[in-house]
Amino acid sequence: MSKVKELVKEQADKLGRQRTSLMPILQAVVSAEHYISEEAMEAIAEELDLSTADVFGTASFYTFLDTVPRGKYIIRVCKTITCHMKGKDEIIRTIEGMLKIKLGETTTDKRFSLLQANCLGWCHKGPVMLINDEVYPEVTPEKVTEIINQYLKKG
Amino acid sequence: MSKYKVNLKINNIAVSVDEGTTILDAARQLNFKIPTLCHHDDLCVAGNCRVCVVEQKGARLLPAACATPVSEGMEIQTNSLKVRQARKHIVELLLSEHNADCTKCFKSGYCELQDMSNDYRIGDHVFLDLVKEKDKQPDISSPSIEKDDSKCIRCQRCVRTCTSLQYVSALAVTHKGNNMRISTFMDKPMNDVVCTNCGQCINRCPTAALTERNYIDEVFDAIYDPKKFVVVQTAPATRVAIGEEFGMEPGTRVTGKMVAALRRLGFDKVLDTDFTADLTIMEEGTELLTRLKEALVDGKEVALPMLTSCSPGWIKFQEHMFPDLLANLSTCKSPQQMFGPLAKTYYAEKVNKNPAEMVVVSIMPCTAKKFEAERPEMRGSGYKDVDYVLTTRELGRMIHQAGIDFEKLEDEKYDTILGESTGAAVIFGATGGVMEAALRTAYEIVTGREVPFANLNIKPIRGMEGVKEASVKIKDVKPEWSFLEGVELNVAIAHGLANAKILMDKIRAGEANHHFIEIMACPSGCIGGGGQPMPTNMEIRKKRAAGIYEEDEAMVIRKSHENPEVAEIYKSFLHEPLGHRSHDLLHTHYYPRKRH
Repeated sequence: MSKVKELVKEQADKLGRQRTSLMPILQAVVSAEHYISEEAMEAIAEELDLSTADVFGTASFYTFLDTVPRGKYIIRVCKTITCHMKGKDEIIRTIEGMLKIKLGETTTDKRFSLLQANCLGWCHKGPVMLINDEVYPEVTPEKVTEIINQYLKKG
Repeated sequence: MSKYKVNLKINNIAVSVDEGTTILDAARQLNFKIPTLCHHDDLCVAGNCRVCVVEQKGARLLPAACATPVSEGMEIQTNSLKVRQARKHIVELLLSEHNADCTKCFKSGYCELQDMSNDYRIGDHVFLDLVKEKDKQPDISSPSIEKDDSKCIRCQRCVRTCTSLQYVSALAVTHKGNNMRISTFMDKPMNDVVCTNCGQCINRCPTAALTERNYIDEVFDAIYDPKKFVVVQTAPATRVAIGEEFGMEPGTRVTGKMVAALRRLGFDKVLDTDFTADLTIMEEGTELLTRLKEALVDGKEVALPMLTSCSPGWIKFQEHMFPDLLANLSTCKSPQQMFGPLAKTYYAEKVNKNPAEMVVVSIMPCTAKKFEAERPEMRGSGYKDVDYVLTTRELGRMIHQAGIDFEKLEDEKYDTILGESTGAAVIFGATGGVMEAALRTAYEIVTGREVPFANLNIKPIRGMEGVKEASVKIKDVKPEWSFLEGVELNVAIAHGLANAKILMDKIRAGEANHHFIEIMACPSGCIGGGGQPMPTNMEIRKKRAAGIYEEDEAMVIRKSHENPEVAEIYKSFLHEPLGHRSHDLLHTHYYPRKRH
């Protein structure tokens, strides 16, 4: 049994095989694998006796449940009006320059993905950026360079 | 339904209805038609298209009539100025994302969105046109179903059909916001997912987002090719439904007119799938009796209950969902696929034609039959056994194109050889019919007497209940069938794949005591097939079923084993049921497919 199948089975054993377990299992897969693969969705459908289309429908609805491969660190820059006015484009350009990827892409070493997010609820402290679950408010190109450098050192 | 009555007024007329009734149904009781798109009588409430909005006195917003239950003292206007304005805007918004290529659309004239736009004379494009921007291409990967998202209004009738009626869920609502669409797992092509090709989604799609792949031009090309000898077969359920394409009442029996129309279209011979339905009874009945003998006399491990195999949507469903029970499926091909190889061998020889120059066309109430004809194992004759499969709707379109006045046609008869049939064959078209036909023959073979039901009508297995069960006690058998003496033959019938699943789960759990089970993929059986005229609802399907049973009673011969052409084919060609030739031409095998 593959790693992701084992993970899904373990989660289903823990949470039960009712439909309401679908979301927590999807979230567990994202935590472990950074995205939900076709194989993972098939495994979930099998464990919960759902159709794969149904699982895909749920996964594709949520921005934070990725169905395409993502890096270990997912950087999300808020794209809504306040952050836009406070200079999120410059933040994105800085990150693109540092990591040599464009918005929506993942580095070849699979460590970083750069995405935009809808409002993160930090309008009073924009522009705001999220790296995995960590929030970085009031970022500037300088601050961002420092933050990304720390992650680069982390490996 | 609750006994409590709720009093309300609709368009100033007082009405008293049961508690829980929707505004839509209350208005129907007063004969006010409120337009709907996402609503369908066979499906649960969705309330997402909003065209059924009405004005409620005292309410700020316009409630959706299909999704709002009535309440005491409610005052509803179904056509106020506010309602008209809102409804127009809603349809305009739907049209802004709808590829309205009505002049070439297969659904034109049958499209509910087109009807509604025509009613309100809408088409000014007040909203930004998003069709070009989104540039969606149709999915034509499946031989049965064409899916064109550029015409989809996302009412989700197909999703509800696929989930609740069919327990397949090949289609789901995916993505969100302006990217929200009706799609398959990982947006795969329709041919690569669990779709059974049953076409029930097509029957319920209000636009042309889901249609059958149509082969009308290919068939006309064959007809007009002087080198081709084109024969056509017609399925049982088509003869009580095709009239609807010409404005006739559902269930009107138009067998003779359909034969006449097919001849006028230019088919060289007009033959009947009913003939091979009778043959199916001989083969499948013998197979059942053989399995019973092996189980009861020889003590062998035999897969029972035996499951019917006439419905290709059901076959694919089982291959996906219950591959562990494939041994229970009868090995008999469906009547359509028994006809094909016989036409290109036995019949070709009789009429002295080269099978390589023959084209076999089927008229089917079914879209899954298109897929079935493409299955690689369906080449028993050495050629593709059935070349083209047309739905009842496609035949209707051909007759319209050819300018034939269907209603005025004089009745004509089928051609001979593969054209003779019985009442037992015609009832294949309604749920329970294959079982009834099989019992009429099997009981008589075993006991030498007719089935013990008045006028051969086995009423307990008729009707629209999702799962039907019955038992027939077998008594005073002929000596060669002594092992069946006193046996209580338990049978069951399911129609609609969600009902099939109920029975299959029982079999898998070892809780079923049945010997023989009939399953049809479509609700109500073939008369409710995915290729039948639209619209569909229970009332229409009941009328078609009534037509089927009338047709049966009107037949001179009503038992498959008494069909003289069937007797002849066994005498001169097949020799015996389950014999060597039958095995080669009339039986098949199945493949497990992935569920997920």
